[in-house]
Amino acid sequence: MSLTDDQVRNVARLARLGLDDARVAEHAGELSNIIDVFESLAQVDTDGVEPMAHPLDLTARLRPDEAVPVTTRDAFQAIAPAVADGVYLVPKVIE
Amino acid sequence: MNWEAVIGLEVHIQLATQSKIFSTAPTAYGAAPNAQASAVDIALPGVLPVINAGVIRMATRFGLAIDATIAPRSVFARKHYFYPDLPKGYQISQYELPIVAGGHLDITVAGRDKRVGITRAHLEEDAGKSLHEAYDRETGIDLNRAGTPLVECVSEPDMTSAAEAAAYARKLHSLVTYLGICDGNMAEGSFRIDANVSVRPAGSAEFGTRTETKNVNSFRFLEKAIHFEIERQIDVLESGGTVVQETRLYDPEADETRSMRSKEEAHDYRYFPDPDLLPVAIDADFIEAERADLPELPDAKRARFVADYGLGDDDAASLTQSRVLADYFEATVAAAGGDAASQGKPAANWIMGDLSGALNREGRGVDASPVSPSQLGGLIARVADGTISGKIGKEVFEALFAGEGESADAIIEARGLRQITDTGAIEGYVDQVIADNPDQVQQYLDGKTKIVGYLVGQVMKASQGKANPKDVNRMLVAKLDAL
Amino acid sequence: MTAEDGIRSLVARRAAGEISAAEIAAHYLERIERHDGDLNTLISVCAERARAQAEAVDAGTAADGPLAGLPLIHKDIFCTEGVNTSCGSRMLDNFIAPYDATAVARLAAAGAVTLGKANMDEFAMGSSNETSYYGPVRNPWNRDYVPGGSSGGSAAAVAAGLAPAATGTDTGGSIRQPAALCGVTGIKPTYGRVSRYGMIAFASSLDQGGCFARSAEDCAHVLGAMAGFDARDSTCVERDVPDYAAALDGDIRGLRIGLPKQYFADGLEAGSRAAIDRAIAELEGLGAELVEIDLPHTDLAVSTYYVIAPAEASSNLARYDGVRYGHRCADPVDLDDLYSRSRAEGFGREVQRRIMIGAYVLSAGYYDAYYVKAQQTRRLIADDFTRAFADVDLIAGPVTQAPAFRLGEKLDDPVSMYLNDVYTLPASLAGLPGMSVPAGFVEGLPVGLQLLAPWFEEGRLLNAAHAFQQATDWHTRRPPGYESQETP
Repeated sequence: MSLTDDQVRNVARLARLGLDDARVAEHAGELSNIIDVFESLAQVDTDGVEPMAHPLDLTARLRPDEAVPVTTRDAFQAIAPAVADGVYLVPKVIE
Repeated sequence: MNWEAVIGLEVHIQLATQSKIFSTAPTAYGAAPNAQASAVDIALPGVLPVINAGVIRMATRFGLAIDATIAPRSVFARKHYFYPDLPKGYQISQYELPIVAGGHLDITVAGRDKRVGITRAHLEEDAGKSLHEAYDRETGIDLNRAGTPLVECVSEPDMTSAAEAAAYARKLHSLVTYLGICDGNMAEGSFRIDANVSVRPAGSAEFGTRTETKNVNSFRFLEKAIHFEIERQIDVLESGGTVVQETRLYDPEADETRSMRSKEEAHDYRYFPDPDLLPVAIDADFIEAERADLPELPDAKRARFVADYGLGDDDAASLTQSRVLADYFEATVAAAGGDAASQGKPAANWIMGDLSGALNREGRGVDASPVSPSQLGGLIARVADGTISGKIGKEVFEALFAGEGESADAIIEARGLRQITDTGAIEGYVDQVIADNPDQVQQYLDGKTKIVGYLVGQVMKASQGKANPKDVNRMLVAKLDAL
Repeated sequence: MTAEDGIRSLVARRAAGEISAAEIAAHYLERIERHDGDLNTLISVCAERARAQAEAVDAGTAADGPLAGLPLIHKDIFCTEGVNTSCGSRMLDNFIAPYDATAVARLAAAGAVTLGKANMDEFAMGSSNETSYYGPVRNPWNRDYVPGGSSGGSAAAVAAGLAPAATGTDTGGSIRQPAALCGVTGIKPTYGRVSRYGMIAFASSLDQGGCFARSAEDCAHVLGAMAGFDARDSTCVERDVPDYAAALDGDIRGLRIGLPKQYFADGLEAGSRAAIDRAIAELEGLGAELVEIDLPHTDLAVSTYYVIAPAEASSNLARYDGVRYGHRCADPVDLDDLYSRSRAEGFGREVQRRIMIGAYVLSAGYYDAYYVKAQQTRRLIADDFTRAFADVDLIAGPVTQAPAFRLGEKLDDPVSMYLNDVYTLPASLAGLPGMSVPAGFVEGLPVGLQLLAPWFEEGRLLNAAHAFQQATDWHTRRPPGYESQETP
């Protein structure tokens, strides 16, 4: 099965990866080869097989509802690309 | 053509936990920007979520209160989209296996009872806030709210009018505040309503195209927004157009809904089970323990108020709409002493009349009432035992509300408001009034007996309201008849 | 002192005052200085920090744990507070981690000293260490060859004697494969044994921290300090960690070792096959009983893994958006530009490829056919092991189909690179513990023997490897030019 350039563009858009047309074409070929490998899965009879999301068949361990004050804002924002007055800045979002 | 509206509500209920759903950061409202955003909340590389037990407990209680099934195994899934206030690039939510499924709420609208189905209620984390106005060329991102626990409660499309939708929303609000799982503060976004509205020819089995109106932050606006949306859709259809499936925002100032996005991008959320989290197991013992621990819920309380306090159904419904109000009422009756069945009605009247009026004037809730239930109960007791008249009672109430006395008794004493029971004193006022009002007395003697009311009023005035109007009436009539 | 001493002896001699932690650290920093220019095993060298930590150990002001004074290298996937943690990516080139990963903190609490941060495939996606933003790591046995990946820097550093041990992570073979290709001992414990908190996620249901060292015994010491319950990782198992090192008795008599027939079929290069056969014969000579076993779904492992791992990766890497940390493109004109340009610039080609595979297999219309299907075949693969371990105590086989390949040889052929992981992927999918143990050479390049055990049987695994190493000397061989030097 091969991926069209448009399918690659759609996936790149979902993943917010800016690709120019040359890269789209390269990826289309490579991704098609990889997707081809997956076709072996379709041949397997998995009727009644419970999907395995985790290696260990365990259930969640819950944490007590206790709050711990956050004291790390300045340290976290010291490594941020753009901040002002304690908020992170991004280009203006037009609603 | 006759049109019929089909309405379903999705309500985001913010859970009143101490800490966030997947991190230990506090959930308190109003902190400095990002001061409550932990490493997990800002999605630093390498951090991992851990589920808050309080969230599971609250969702379980909610499920029990709407008579739903609590899933023995529920799964958190990732919902992907890019937005700057969503730090991980996905929201942890529940998709295929929500914690609560298949419940209902009963509402009453215009005297008609109706059962509204609840499809599901799932847990998810809230996003942060985007501040679009604060900067010229940038949007600011505050992640304090990111990770706040929410229950998203999805109703069946069972409602057919704005009034029904509002009744359902009010009932749900009352329920979650009763349960203590939500503070119910709509202005702070603790209870956010999205309305799915469509219209169809009356009697049609098929649904029309629906729109989703987002984030309506009061019941009144909900009703108006739905009303507007129904009318708008009917107009579109009747003028030969088609309704576009879209998200709309209600603008309370213009009283209209508006399309939210000009170019709505098709979403592909790519849900899959969150591999950082294991399935949540809830066993029958836990469910039964929570069930046993549930508080009395609004419907049960309302029925009990009718039975125990002799209230009418409407009074009982109003008083039980909020747990705080219901508790206030019961404490007032208890403080009034005597027989619950006879003190219930006056207590209800005081609370829904003078107290609500005064509180509304000051924009306060009953939880911030300057008059305590024991003060109000004390006042009711003094009216009931004839120490003061109902009219004087209002004066005492105003004084209590203004903080001018510790108790009704203290105010009555300090102001000398005790009702005059001394017959001699009353007789003096009566004789004086008969002497001062010869015209009215003559009218009475001419058969216009209704004029006695005026004369009673004059006696009451003379006594500064402290005489018992019944006694005055009896004495006046006796004296006039003897003339 | 020589680096051959082993961790137990090194720590004991320091405790006895024969050598100071500062001298040990200086020895390794000097070797890094001398050799790493050629090998490129490290992204960051923490010389000052290491000296300070070592001095604190000597002064008695640092934790006096079981690894007091032991120098370590951390794979650059583990967050280290105040130190650049790049994950081999331009995306995190400027990222100074504001916290320590649990594994890092545990090792520090045991007294270990951090020498530096190891080079790795970008976001651990790769089997050759060629996808690193910081350039490829070279194999100390032959610098024209790859060290394997993704923990190639860690494996090569230990092989070249730049540290007695190093941490790594294994998602589909990223510890076992570079250990094999560099001729060192590496262990990937059971999924859930080592906390993933602070270990930058690639594929959450597969990622597991582990370590490299000169021997199984050294691995036992490091793993013992690294492993253990962490409430901050929901998938970390609440279970006591045995004293792995103390339990090593080297006795494997009567141990039943399964040999999966699928691991010895076509595709296994002849020289490697011969080395593995000799190693297995050695185990038999030590008293183990060999049993052929069947793992019938082995051939599904590559497809299954390359659906699941990229799916999880596409999601885990969505947080790198240029907003709160990491690379942000210059002068974004709007939000879309910020996202698509920051991510296109910040991620290398292999990472972008996997993100796209992942987004594709999760997207509407493909989810059931690929993702759900792969979760089902994952269970079939795991069930193969459950059945096999009903009959055997351990499984043995090759780690790779062939020894290290040349730099650049497979770079333009991702499918062939992926297919090469066939022997390591199944155990990763099942969450089982596994090791690579040096087992010989083909034309001067190391060959690794893979050992797999049931869940949480790291002790059994380490003991079998230890028994093998008591009887063989493959693990003591050093790449020419990197033989350890005596310290003053």
